[in-house]
Amino acid sequence: MSVPLLAIRDLTVRYQSNDGAVEALRGVSMRAEAGEVVGIVGESGCGKSTLVAALIALLAANAEISAGTVELQGRDILRRTAAEKRALRGAEIAMVFQDSMTAFSPVLTLGTQLVDFQHNLPNLTRQDKLARAKTMLAKVGIADPALCLGRFPHQLSGGMRQRAAVAAALLMSPQVLVADEPTTALDVTMEAQILHLLRSLRAEINGTILIVTHHLGVIGELCDRVYVMYAGEVVEEATVDDLYHAPRHPYTRALIDCDPAHLATRTAVLPTIPGRPPSLVSPPKGCAFAPRCTLADAQCHSIRPPRVHISPSQAALCHKVAL
Amino acid sequence: MSALFEIDNMVVDLPLDRGLLAAFGAARRRLNILTGVSLSIGHGEMVGLVGESGSGKTTLALAMLGLTPISGGRLVFDGQVLDSARAFGALRRSTAMMFQDPVASLSPRMSVGALLYEPFIIHGLKPANRRDKIVALLEQVGLPPEIASRFPHELSGGQARRVCVARALALEPKLVVADEPTAGLDVSVQGEVLNLMTELKTRLGLSLLIISHNLAMVRHVTDRVAILYLGRLVESGPTAQVFANPRHPYTASLIAAEPQPDPRKRSQNLAVMGEIPSLFDRPQGCEFHTRCAFAQAKCRTTAPELRKTGERQVRCHFAETLDLNNRRVTHGMEH
Amino acid sequence: MSFEGEASLAEALPPKRRTAWRALRRDPMGMTGAVLVGTFVFLALLAPWIAPYDPAKIDVLNKFQSPDWNHLLGTDHLGRDLLSRIIWGARVALGIAITATGVAGAIGLILGLIAGFGPRWLDAILVLLFDSFSSLPMIMFALAIITVLGPGTQTLILVIVIISIPGYARLIRAQTLSLRMADYIQAERAIGASSARIILRHLLPNVVGPLVILLSMDIPVVIMLEAGLSYLGFGVKPPTPSWGNILYDGYTSLRAAPNMVIVAGAPLVLCTIGFTFLGEGLRDALDPKLKLRVRR
Repeated sequence: MSVPLLAIRDLTVRYQSNDGAVEALRGVSMRAEAGEVVGIVGESGCGKSTLVAALIALLAANAEISAGTVELQGRDILRRTAAEKRALRGAEIAMVFQDSMTAFSPVLTLGTQLVDFQHNLPNLTRQDKLARAKTMLAKVGIADPALCLGRFPHQLSGGMRQRAAVAAALLMSPQVLVADEPTTALDVTMEAQILHLLRSLRAEINGTILIVTHHLGVIGELCDRVYVMYAGEVVEEATVDDLYHAPRHPYTRALIDCDPAHLATRTAVLPTIPGRPPSLVSPPKGCAFAPRCTLADAQCHSIRPPRVHISPSQAALCHKVAL
Repeated sequence: MSALFEIDNMVVDLPLDRGLLAAFGAARRRLNILTGVSLSIGHGEMVGLVGESGSGKTTLALAMLGLTPISGGRLVFDGQVLDSARAFGALRRSTAMMFQDPVASLSPRMSVGALLYEPFIIHGLKPANRRDKIVALLEQVGLPPEIASRFPHELSGGQARRVCVARALALEPKLVVADEPTAGLDVSVQGEVLNLMTELKTRLGLSLLIISHNLAMVRHVTDRVAILYLGRLVESGPTAQVFANPRHPYTASLIAAEPQPDPRKRSQNLAVMGEIPSLFDRPQGCEFHTRCAFAQAKCRTTAPELRKTGERQVRCHFAETLDLNNRRVTHGMEH
Repeated sequence: MSFEGEASLAEALPPKRRTAWRALRRDPMGMTGAVLVGTFVFLALLAPWIAPYDPAKIDVLNKFQSPDWNHLLGTDHLGRDLLSRIIWGARVALGIAITATGVAGAIGLILGLIAGFGPRWLDAILVLLFDSFSSLPMIMFALAIITVLGPGTQTLILVIVIISIPGYARLIRAQTLSLRMADYIQAERAIGASSARIILRHLLPNVVGPLVILLSMDIPVVIMLEAGLSYLGFGVKPPTPSWGNILYDGYTSLRAAPNMVIVAGAPLVLCTIGFTFLGEGLRDALDPKLKLRVRR
């Protein structure tokens, strides 16, 4: 089996907080191949933000990677020196943030910044870099790239800024493009356009795209494979079709049921998942979802569930799947 | 039966000039936020107001409750025309508003208990037992009594939202306006707030105006829906009908643009191109013509009127000739 | 509607409320400032009881004594005990400074709230007033008033109050303007709260924080102003001891007793440091954004 482009193995991250050690990630494993779009979906507190921070090595000072590795083409990227990590960012892993306004410096023009982003390409002149930037802006659907290069970020609309942020990430020809809630801050009609853009750019990227979001609709529109996270763990992984049409983990099922876009007929009373995710200061002994799960029994509350492989592409962390 | 709240041709402008003279009312330049908005909310009805940035939906909510001045049109609440400070004062007693950011809409240095009791103090009502009243209000929204001694920054988003609901209901209003009640909430808990509102509507005969950009959610919980684009009402009607058969191209594109979780339903074509125009650069004629797939010459020059057919209203020259579900024109359009 | 998951709800509430005082206690700079300020306030309040001599008692025979056990800081050119004069000087300095900034702060608070929250035409007029007053050079204005009304403690306080009001009012106005459109203010209007209620219960507590900090950092400025004016002869009238007067006396007697200048200058420096550190410490303690919490 070939080495996957990105492999996260058993990643465990702890934060020191006023209330004690919080286990934000508990043994997370994922992989992504070149040419794939992989989705990571979960709600608040599931650990996806910590995962993204760990990937680009921007974890907070009070965070500690207690176990696990992140490998890019077989090489561990977590345990590198600060200088190596700096070189890594942008060139190998690039990121598109949720808030495009803070992705750019407000006091420099877009052109200056886009040229700056290419600092890892030493053999190009400034003119070359500007030309590349202009081409990339056109590729992301900006109508007048030359004009846009001379503008400041606050002079662009939200949609244009997000497109520019995607262009900035692509300019480095990264192997992994991580998009963290790429459309959450946008209007619905602009969201559709950015999703369309990301889909069309698959051909541009030789590597892999990771979409991290809480929105199942974004996952459905963009991804090939999906990881569902809950309470710091991956509770299900599947192809996007299997995830939606044949989910095997009770949380995944409940999550899909709650999505109002999924409900075919009008219902006055919307389904919810009662309760709250568990506190990660003292992680639960058994299954993290057991207190909220309709199928849970004594075993679920006391013993950690196994990872059951339903098919080569689908797995769920649950006692009840095996039955 | 007459409606609880009637908005008739409301116009809201924002003065742009600052400085000494402008302060005395001489502002020359004004930015038009809303024009020609007519909407009615019936007793015990949940109405949805949908729009994107620049649509003016929050301004509409503030203007109808008198929190921002209107430049034209008429507002009628429960048969009373709202044209004086006194009329709006009476309005405060019977209406309530829930703002988008629940934590930010609670005064930071007041405890939850004090915040819940404040409406009574303001309106000179003295329920028998202060503590009991506060606990009862908290119970109504499913919060434990201990919350009363907490301060807003100590609450989670969901708890703060419930406190806002409890506060809105304190004086048993007839109308509650909720601005993005599910913003920032996870999908699995959005239902809690909405179900609570639906239950209260049924139990107390409350009318609700829900402002949202989340079409899927609005589709399920509201009885009627109104769509705003750049400060104009473009379509309104019973929710089921509007969603089954949208008459305005913008409504159809909103519905089509919603990302679908089902990968087999991936949209192949883009529902609508372009960006929402800036309010400073309002398109001539029909505001939507710059992005409309069906735009004709007439659309570029003449602004369409809001036309009423049965329970539905549409602002489009060619509403009758468009089959939006299939994205085609049914018969020739006049130019 | 029943609420499930109440157990986890109780867990979700944070355990302890972090007060400003607790935060200040942890800050070494702030605590240093608090200690210094506390010391001077103590001296000022208890001057009549702890000063060893009457500060005005002239004993020419003992003039220019070096520090010894009788006179811990020595005596000045008229034989007056310097320690007692410094202690009484603290009373004068702090008395004037705290009174003046307090009164100016209170008036500035009221005017700022009215300007920020009231009708726009009133705001426009008030801003015009503030700008006019602050364009006057401070010392020149002070000297002009003093020339007209004659030097003395009350004139000094009046001058300082008039000069300081625009600065405080502008600060409060800016704070009020930014909060005026805040969601919770709109929410209060929506439930029918009167403007008076909004200003007193919802705006005032939330704008007063930066003012308190500014006041505590202005006190040393006022002390310096008073010292400067007294040095020039326009401030507190002798024989009332003022650090400025003592500094002047020390300057004229520099050859004979160089220690006088140090003795007068040191409390000025220490007091300034104390209030400045305290002000900075308060600012950090009162800033809610600095409360670091781990968020999920």
